Amino acid sequence: MVTEVHEPKISVIGVVKSFGDKRVLDGVDFGVMAGESVVVVGGSGAGKTVLIKHMIGLLQPDEGRVVMDGVDLKTASPQAALEARKRCGMSFQEGALFDSMTVFDNVAFPIRRHRRDVGPRAVAARVRECLGLVRLAGIEGKMPAELSGGMRRRVGFARAIALEPGILLFDEPTAGLDPINTAAIATVIDRLRRELLVTVVTITHDLSLAFRIADRIAMIRRGRIVAFGEPEAFRASPDPYVQAFLNGEVPQDEEEML
Amino acid sequence: MSILGWLDRLGRLLLVGFEDLGRFFSIMVQTVLWTPRRPFDGREWLRQMVRVGWDTIPVVLLTCLFTGMVLALQTFRGFERFHAEGFVGSVVALSLTRELAPVLTGLMTAGRVGSAMAAELGTMRVTEQIDALHAMATEPVHYLIVPRVNASILMLPLLTLLGDAIGIVGGWLVSVGLFGANSYIYIERTFQYLEVNDVTSGLIKAAFFGLILAVTGCAKGFYTTGGAEGVGRSTTAAVVQASLYILLSDFFLTKILF
Repeated sequence: MVTEVHEPKISVIGVVKSFGDKRVLDGVDFGVMAGESVVVVGGSGAGKTVLIKHMIGLLQPDEGRVVMDGVDLKTASPQAALEARKRCGMSFQEGALFDSMTVFDNVAFPIRRHRRDVGPRAVAARVRECLGLVRLAGIEGKMPAELSGGMRRRVGFARAIALEPGILLFDEPTAGLDPINTAAIATVIDRLRRELLVTVVTITHDLSLAFRIADRIAMIRRGRIVAFGEPEAFRASPDPYVQAFLNGEVPQDEEEML
Repeated sequence: MSILGWLDRLGRLLLVGFEDLGRFFSIMVQTVLWTPRRPFDGREWLRQMVRVGWDTIPVVLLTCLFTGMVLALQTFRGFERFHAEGFVGSVVALSLTRELAPVLTGLMTAGRVGSAMAAELGTMRVTEQIDALHAMATEPVHYLIVPRVNASILMLPLLTLLGDAIGIVGGWLVSVGLFGANSYIYIERTFQYLEVNDVTSGLIKAAFFGLILAVTGCAKGFYTTGGAEGVGRSTTAAVVQASLYILLSDFFLTKILF
């Protein structure tokens, strides 16, 4: 499949998704260019996690479509969708490590599963390399339960990059972490991006993280993108909700909720 | 309550029942379709076979031993009244191989293994580990459910065979040890009326029960919602539903097989 030069790496086109009678995504449109880092911010329940799950095909849109690397995840054959997913690494909110396996086996899992030709030595080398990239060398033998929340997430990152994906998705990488761990996570994401030259999409409500790692920031509210632009432009957005979010205020049209 | 209210409740109950049944068949069909696909995860199959088979042996042996013993006890007292004590061995052997060993093995394994499957998969669901599998281009049904269901189908007949044997020994112990029956005659009567079909039909039923309990446990776990509480609900529901399905299908299988 030929990709046009200016075609985005990931396109989200008019995606609508409802659960029951609740419309969680209400026509989301945005694109991520190759090598770019886009951060989607929004309040709790704005549809952030639902959006990122669409971007890796965990959920299928009711309307609209998601095109990743030229592959429409909805209409592609199961095989093509699977292949597209291999080129994409995702890190989950709490790490979602397999708690019955050691850190080593967790990071080795995608390699052992999809690269049958790679020998045990090469797997071990790759696992060490990935753990080194997230600055967790030497913890291969531990079980996930023995790690702190921040470490579990970084192991999740290591697992997400094990297959050398072209796209990395981070779902709330800093939720529930202290400022120092948050800074460490931001540093790691920035580093992964520069060293691996990947396209990164991060979902978060943490503005300090967003401004540290984003080339462009999108604001999602009530299932729609209300602002999307480079950090300075985003900061200057006329949208009252964006301003309320930036300043930590209750937006006027939500005051009745209090 | 008004008639409409009762009808409403009845309808809801039916809906839940049909939803469960639909999920059961959906998981079963997916398991069948994914079983022949590569990669074949031999290590996981073996691990599950050990868990379903080897680890359940003590429970099955105890259950069937005492069932054989109590069967001998009851029939001896009854048959004594018309001087048919000589046939206790035949009755014990026939009841065990055709009915009691498969059903009791199925029920005990559902309690021990089906519940564990529901709890394990349910926890993986609520901690996003199942989503993580998806994201790593690994079909959760293929990786998690195929080994469990197949291990269960393979192991239940073997467990039942052990149950048959130990139950017959239990009957012999009571008859010969407690009531002083002639050991030689007892053993001869045990096998005199026992046909190969009695044993094999029991084993076929056991394989079906293995399928039922594993699919129920996996489906309940796979569709878990609602955090830790949801996992608890799934676990209980898995045992209740598997037991119910085993007892219901037992009638129809028996009708077909004999």
